[in-house]
Amino acid sequence: MDFSYSEEQQMLQDSIAKFVQNDYDFDSRMKLVKSDLGYSEANWKLFAELGWLMVPFSEADGGLGGSAADLMVVMEEFGKGIVIEPFLATTVLGGGLVAAVGNDTQKAELIGGIMEGNLQMAFAYAEPQSRYNLADVATTATKDGDSYRLSGHKAVVLNGAAADVIAVSARTSGSQMDAEGISLFLVDPKSDGVRLKTYRTQDGGRAAEVHLDNVTVSADQLLGAEGQALPVMNQVLNRAILSICSEAVGAMEVSYKKTVEYTKTRVQFGVPIAKFQALQHRMADMFIEHQQAKSIVLMAAMKLDQGGAEADKAVSAMKSRIGKAARKIGQESIQIHGGIGVTEELDVGHYFKRLTMIELLFGNGDFHTQRFAKL
Amino acid sequence: MNVDFSAEELAFQEEVRQFLKEKLPADIAEKARKGLHFEKEDFVTWQKILAEKGWAAVNWPVEYGGTGWTSTQKYIWSNECAKVGAPGVIPFGMSMVAPVIYGFGNEEQKKRFLPDILNSNVWWCQGYSEPNAGSDLASLKTTATRDGDEYVVNGTKTWTTLGQYADWIFCLVRTGGSDAKNQEAISFLLIDMTTPGITVSPIYMLDERREVNEVHFDNVRVPVANLIGEEGKGWTYAKVLLTHERTGIARVAQSKMALQSVKALATETNDFGRPLLENPAFAQKVAELEIDLLALEYTELRTLAAVSTGKAPGPESSILKIKGTEIAQAIDELKMEIAGYYALPFLDEQFDINFDGEWVGPGSAANTAPTYFNNRKTSIYGGSNEVQKNIICKAVLGL
Ligand SMILES: Cc1cc2nc3c(=O)[nH]c(=O)nc-3n(C[C@H](O)[C@H](O)[C@H](O)COP(=O)(O)OP(=O)(O)OC[C@H]3O[C@@H](n4cnc5c(N)ncnc54)[C@H](O)[C@@H]3O)c2cc1C
Repeated sequence: MDFSYSEEQQMLQDSIAKFVQNDYDFDSRMKLVKSDLGYSEANWKLFAELGWLMVPFSEADGGLGGSAADLMVVMEEFGKGIVIEPFLATTVLGGGLVAAVGNDTQKAELIGGIMEGNLQMAFAYAEPQSRYNLADVATTATKDGDSYRLSGHKAVVLNGAAADVIAVSARTSGSQMDAEGISLFLVDPKSDGVRLKTYRTQDGGRAAEVHLDNVTVSADQLLGAEGQALPVMNQVLNRAILSICSEAVGAMEVSYKKTVEYTKTRVQFGVPIAKFQALQHRMADMFIEHQQAKSIVLMAAMKLDQGGAEADKAVSAMKSRIGKAARKIGQESIQIHGGIGVTEELDVGHYFKRLTMIELLFGNGDFHTQRFAKL
Repeated sequence: MNVDFSAEELAFQEEVRQFLKEKLPADIAEKARKGLHFEKEDFVTWQKILAEKGWAAVNWPVEYGGTGWTSTQKYIWSNECAKVGAPGVIPFGMSMVAPVIYGFGNEEQKKRFLPDILNSNVWWCQGYSEPNAGSDLASLKTTATRDGDEYVVNGTKTWTTLGQYADWIFCLVRTGGSDAKNQEAISFLLIDMTTPGITVSPIYMLDERREVNEVHFDNVRVPVANLIGEEGKGWTYAKVLLTHERTGIARVAQSKMALQSVKALATETNDFGRPLLENPAFAQKVAELEIDLLALEYTELRTLAAVSTGKAPGPESSILKIKGTEIAQAIDELKMEIAGYYALPFLDEQFDINFDGEWVGPGSAANTAPTYFNNRKTSIYGGSNEVQKNIICKAVLGL
């Protein structure tokens, strides 16, 4: 048994930690949140230069290996700074789909572009009615000679505004909730018939409603085999879930530590509030939750790297547990800070917001607990 | 023992329903229905309507314009108001400073301030907390130094809710120097917000809205006539006020309505082809909250019954505060689960009555997260839930 990081992983962790520490203070982040683009292009270029955008991809695709464990290392550090650059949407979701089922041309163009820092992606899979059911796809793709025509409404597409290419799940056959008959298409958001309604998200990111009205997509933009997308989507979402859970572990660590530090300095009734045992035990609970979260993410990363049937179950176990921990640590960090905790000016509240949204993304606690029980 | 309404009470309930149906302005009702933001004018308009009917000051003694209602009538009133989503009466004037004025103020102060509170002509805010005096309120440091017929006030108050609208602020100040320990040096002072030397700066909440403020006093001259009661008795008066603040804080009626809307929303929400409300895990959580709320409702009724026999609400109000906020916050969490992905969009502009852009998300889903974030305040203010437990430990358990 060995849970220690490899030398490469250690270096990766150090370099991201240094970035978050030196270049990603809270004020800089808030400026980005409120900027037009919603993140920093300079940071993105830096991520490319430092090779971070290569982490999720295999060596065969020109990347650094693409293990789940590597992804965990990266995302945990990003979580400590609640980094809003669209790493998840572009490299893990969009890039992940291309890596999984793209042909050589698609891989060269898209994965190449992503790793160089020149290309943004998004994955449009959810729909207004679908909730967490990946197979619930009402968007249609109808074959029309050498192309397809896409129509439908994709909901809350992360990084939808900045994406150069949006991977869209659409139904080429079957009825709305069939597992078979779902296909993936690479859609240029500038195509005729694509309309985006973009907005900020509660956790500081950007997303969009993507409306497709008879959008022509040529057959060579089909990603993977026609009608066979569901297993691929599941596989890529497993890695996305690992990513946000790792991010949550980082964010939770900062939240509980900042809370502990604050109680040592905040004086009420003539003593630091850290002296009140009522608060001490709750901070001990926060620490325990964080440790448990870290363990289960490590477990899931290893199962994902082993591959095989256990991966889904491990991922659901992780997501269920992380959801509970994120809620608890987030809420307690606010409560123990008192009034200052519910203000926009304090960073802790922004960690809380991100943790809250991580709980809801890609299936909430109930969904994954029930999935775990069934698998 | 009997919890049924009498014939008179049923008739009163009917009268209230009729009144709300006829008098709640359509635009306010629409805002309530759609979960849009209320503005200052909405509160003022509604309260003036209530004042005209004689129903604005539910808890005041009749001689000052109160309703004289029994606790059952008050209970009916708050239930019916919650059902239609009528804006609550902003508490600072009506239920916080007014009881201190009619309880401890002189005749002139009563005449001068109470009618304007009753008729919502003057907006009040509460100046108790300071940057370093939160849970430990008695350590407040704002000073009022006597200079002839005036006090000169210096210091900083914070968390002043809706202070940006306020015409007047009621403050706890130190009249006996700035000795931090001494509760006997705290006095209760009413201050006109237009007095030179006062600056108000905004504090934005997690939902990015301006709800609270910092209020700075720099050599602010306040007539001695604005002192309530005696110098040094402010702490005693404030304690009375804090008890008032805590009754009604159970928000049973509002939580009942919120749970109903949870059920309605979860019925409309698709969960793998079935209504989310039929998901056993979700249904279980709804049922548990309903049961918890039922217990709280009867705890509140017991408290009301005790109050109506003349007992002042004591440590029971701490139970109401703790359970009331816990339940309301848990309902917010269920709403988050219902909203799912549509909790993510930040679309504050969508909740303005004049919004005419493209609507995103089902119903008011996009308002779910801001509400959830914002309501974390409820277990912090009005005496935090930890402080309430300390009160129970001391006053009830004798620890
Ligand atoms: C949205 C909002 C509106 C408000 N509006 C007003 C207003 O209009 N006017 C006004 O005067 N004030 C207002 N307040 C202030 C409010 O009353 C204070 O926030 C509250 O008293 C807590 O004080 P604090 O924020 O300084 O937290 P602190 O007192 O610093 O407490 C921090 C944490 O320590 C805990 N704690 C403190 N002492 C103990 C103890 N002895 N044992 C165990 N735990 C303890 C607290 O419960 C809390 O969790 C408002 C606050 C908020 C958030």
